[in-house]
Amino acid sequence: MSKVHIELTVNGKTHEALVEPRTLLIHYLREDLGLTGAHIGCETGHCGACTVDIDGMSVKSCTMFAAQANGADILTIEGVAAPDGTLHALQEGFREMHGLQCGYCTPGMIVRAHRLLQENPRPTEAEIRAGISGNLCRCTGYQNIVKSIQYAAAKLAGEPFKEAAE
Amino acid sequence: MIPANFAYHSPSTVQEAVALLAELGDEARALAGGHSLIPMMKLRLSAPEALVDLSRIAALKGVREEGAEIVIGAMTTQHQLLQDPILAAKLPLIPETSAVIADPQIRYRGTLGGNVANGDPGNDMPAVMMTLDATYVLAGPNGERSVQAREFYQGAYFTAAEDGEILTTVRVPTPPAGAGFAYEKLKRKVGDYATAAAAVQLTMSAGTVATITIGLTNVSETPLLAEDAMAILAGSRLEPEIVDRAVKAAEAITNPASDGRGPAEYRTAMAGVMLRRALARAAARAQG
Repeated sequence: MSKVHIELTVNGKTHEALVEPRTLLIHYLREDLGLTGAHIGCETGHCGACTVDIDGMSVKSCTMFAAQANGADILTIEGVAAPDGTLHALQEGFREMHGLQCGYCTPGMIVRAHRLLQENPRPTEAEIRAGISGNLCRCTGYQNIVKSIQYAAAKLAGEPFKEAAE
Repeated sequence: MIPANFAYHSPSTVQEAVALLAELGDEARALAGGHSLIPMMKLRLSAPEALVDLSRIAALKGVREEGAEIVIGAMTTQHQLLQDPILAAKLPLIPETSAVIADPQIRYRGTLGGNVANGDPGNDMPAVMMTLDATYVLAGPNGERSVQAREFYQGAYFTAAEDGEILTTVRVPTPPAGAGFAYEKLKRKVGDYATAAAAVQLTMSAGTVATITIGLTNVSETPLLAEDAMAILAGSRLEPEIVDRAVKAAEAITNPASDGRGPAEYRTAMAGVMLRRALARAAARAQG
């Protein structure tokens, strides 16, 4: 089978490659570009650990071929922090609110929440839970992940974060 | 999990896509959002020799009004259906259904055309399209033809589409102003197919049901139009005993599998419960 020429932008950097048509985007990102932040979890489109942002959409990169991403502008977890290493409000939120335990789902959670907050900068708790419903976490019970996203939403809006009473 | 290899084609017009499928033959498949086909390919349940990716065909995207119809391009994603102002104003049953399909990531990629065309009885849009009396436009080597959604589904994964045909457009009659609607879906978790689901569209006139259509999802080999239940309810005032009779008539046409979603008897009963809820909600929303 002939390879497909692709040209795409990942975290602001342009890449060109010849890929086998069957190369999944997650494999291209991890194995060819060495961007191992997005994880391979269930491989069936359920868990969201492989979530990356493509042209303003959260996408499960295990369920897309690299060839389909030709021309795309992609953001992975590696591109979320500022170039000088300053953490994004979401990353800071996950640290401050203990939004992770094993950390396997975290890159997908953060990249997904990043898009959610672009679309809805002050989501309610219910909107956060619906917004991350395509991302599974088997450690936290989601409580602290929701708080982490609330923390980031408040910080990005320049408001103090108040934890809801339990 | 890595699929078997294939040749990848990315045409920019429908004509080009149809020509490619004709040239490549039986072993080629059209690729829409890929969220049914790619998982099947990863499991090697499907191993097409070529994929014709429809995602770069601009003409297959978007929602517009044409006379008394709302016309939706097959490659319009569930996410776009959720955001579309024409649908929100005139055909809100469609975004209400999109909202309960899969999860946010999958809705960004999954398309209306993929959902209605692949014949998976678990998909939600087919029963909704039967309820709305939609028409599917297919493009093939012999040109274009139209098939009613109500005539399209022949069995699990078997549809009226011929080899080499691509679903290009879904045409939906604009419901009358004041029509009530609802899609009620019971599922075990986000992203699951329905244990059972029911779609209702109705119009009311002075407290009486003037017109009503009912579709059922994932309780048979194909989506179902609950015609007996529709006939029982038309002209009624939705009196409890008439609703009971209609629900029984709808349950009678179901034939669900016993599977992880529950035994067949349970899924039939849940189809009845979803229908009751959808009827109540559609009636409450209807004006007139």
